[in-house]
Amino acid sequence: MPIQNLNINVEYLTRVEGHGNIVINVKEGKLETCKLEIVESPRFFEGMLRGRSIFEAQHITSRICGICACGHTLASIQAAEDALGIIPTEQTIKLRKILLDLEMLDSHLLHIYLLVAPDLLGVKSFVPLISSHNEVVRRALRMKKTCNDVCDILVGRHVHPISAIVGGFTKLPGEKDIENMLGLLQGMRPDMEETVNLISKLEFPKFGRDTEYVALVSDDGEYPLLSGDVGSTDGIRLNKNDYRKITNEFIVPHSTAKRTKLSRESYAVGALARFNLNYEKLLPEAKRVAEMLGLKPKCINPFLNTAAQLVECVHCLEHAIGILEEFKKTKINHDEQIVVGLNENSKIPVREGNGVGAVEVPRGILFHNYQTDEKGYIRNANCIIPTNQNTGNIEYDLMKLIPEILDKSKEEITLLSEMLVRAYDPCISCSTHLLNIKFI
Amino acid sequence: MKKPKIAFFDFACCEGCQLQVANMGEGVLDVLAAFDVVEWREVMSEKWDKKYDVAIIEGSITDNHAVKRIKKIRKKTDILLAYGSCATIGGVNGMKNNFELDDIRKYVYGESYKFFPTEITKAVHQVVKVDYFVNGCPVYIPEFVTVLKAVLQGIPYYVPDYAVCVECKLNENVCMYAKGITCLGPLTRAGCNSWCINNGNICYGCRGMVSNPNEKSAQDILAKYNIPIELIMNKMNMYNKCREIV
Repeated sequence: MPIQNLNINVEYLTRVEGHGNIVINVKEGKLETCKLEIVESPRFFEGMLRGRSIFEAQHITSRICGICACGHTLASIQAAEDALGIIPTEQTIKLRKILLDLEMLDSHLLHIYLLVAPDLLGVKSFVPLISSHNEVVRRALRMKKTCNDVCDILVGRHVHPISAIVGGFTKLPGEKDIENMLGLLQGMRPDMEETVNLISKLEFPKFGRDTEYVALVSDDGEYPLLSGDVGSTDGIRLNKNDYRKITNEFIVPHSTAKRTKLSRESYAVGALARFNLNYEKLLPEAKRVAEMLGLKPKCINPFLNTAAQLVECVHCLEHAIGILEEFKKTKINHDEQIVVGLNENSKIPVREGNGVGAVEVPRGILFHNYQTDEKGYIRNANCIIPTNQNTGNIEYDLMKLIPEILDKSKEEITLLSEMLVRAYDPCISCSTHLLNIKFI
Repeated sequence: MKKPKIAFFDFACCEGCQLQVANMGEGVLDVLAAFDVVEWREVMSEKWDKKYDVAIIEGSITDNHAVKRIKKIRKKTDILLAYGSCATIGGVNGMKNNFELDDIRKYVYGESYKFFPTEITKAVHQVVKVDYFVNGCPVYIPEFVTVLKAVLQGIPYYVPDYAVCVECKLNENVCMYAKGITCLGPLTRAGCNSWCINNGNICYGCRGMVSNPNEKSAQDILAKYNIPIELIMNKMNMYNKCREIV
């Protein structure tokens, strides 16, 4: 007989970035409460940015999140350059694309190996895996370190990159650096193959709920991550400057919570959304892995977000190698290296402006928006992060999932709920703005 | 010797310093092998309800709830290590203290601001006793390893109290002031191997200020390059605002 009364309260959900609780309450066989609470202490980033120089925005907003610091960096730079009217050079764009590839790789690998794999292998964390699956743990750490080492060469470090700033790069890689980065990434290929083998043998929970998926879209042939319009699987396409029309923040009656929605009650962003919208543009190596994993667009099983992340890992690895191979032939133009600081030397013209950055970061589309005054100081700032856009969708998923699994034990229900939330790779540290907070 | 029981806790922060541990690669396994890791929410579901030998604290203290939690941890641990700028000096969270708290709450959360209680940002040692400091945003892993060795040996670790410029000169960087821009290297504690300047950027002061800065010389530099003191003060308030709390 299925469970009639159930009360689940997962305080401080583990193996996610930041602090969140899951609250589920079933009474007489009916689901009464189903909430994902965000309990991270607010940090007020947007408020703190007011009055700071636009040239400090990247440094400060990178600190919103240590896991996707490069993603915040790129969205921040794009918004600032948009506000100031700076058009980056082709070389700068290519280097930024490599940085974003590395960000995806690094973050997805962390999620796949350290946060999700323990569930699929039936253990509480990676710690018991050190003895039971030593080679797997070593491979994960080795791959993570490679991403980190390449970032060290490209931007000084992965956690809070140093040289990628408004206007370009304060340090550009030399010939030897390009070769080293290339060698490190090519050297990752066998480990990537092993990773694909491992994940393709694991079984993801079966579940499905149709929803609207939102991601960057573009007209060229490249899988869009760094720039593009904002598109959805329900046929929406808007310019990034209209981001407020995408997120449509609204307040839920009977609660103080703000949410985002587009064509339906909620939408999803992240690897699965990108996969569903831009599958055709993935590199052949990545498509092959999707096939191996049985992943096809439009996939509506949120647990498979982890599989989509793996497909993106393969894509980003090959994409970054491709750009580096080009640089090996064409060479880096070091005249483009810049010295900016707070722009004390006035090398970059400033103006009153309003700029938007829309970048695909590991967990989905990230928006930064800055308004500057005529001296280049920030008047207003707004950041909308992927996890805030996903929270509503996660709750709707839980509402469909729980009634379907009431024949399982409380422990199994709890674990499956945790796994569902974890599949989205929520990054609660990022919740600068906490659109979806709820209080019971 | 029994391995010390170690636990990681995060408060208001970006969790990037925890991530620095994972970025050590396979080497992290050797480091972890010296300890018995009993609690680490970001990567472990296991919990521990007994005493810790070492508690590593990331993040700053920004509300009542955090004050209670850090005091509880302090009672349960022999050694408490403040890890990263947010924990050691308040870090970027301190910028909040540049504003009236109600004003900044209303700006970010609008009408719902009352549901987001916050207090003046504090560094960990401004609330409980701290035994070891690992500065930096993010922490510099070679320094963290040195500190862990000191913990294992039961000896103190002293954060360098000379300026970043010392390391910067050894790295043969051209001075940022000579390039026409300002840098907080002369006021900031070394120990990061002048990480940011090596990569063409400036020092933002993330490791906290030296206890006895060369004020006379700093004034000469400001005069020489015609730099207003407000500009430097404003820069210092990015990471070091909490220094004003007594």
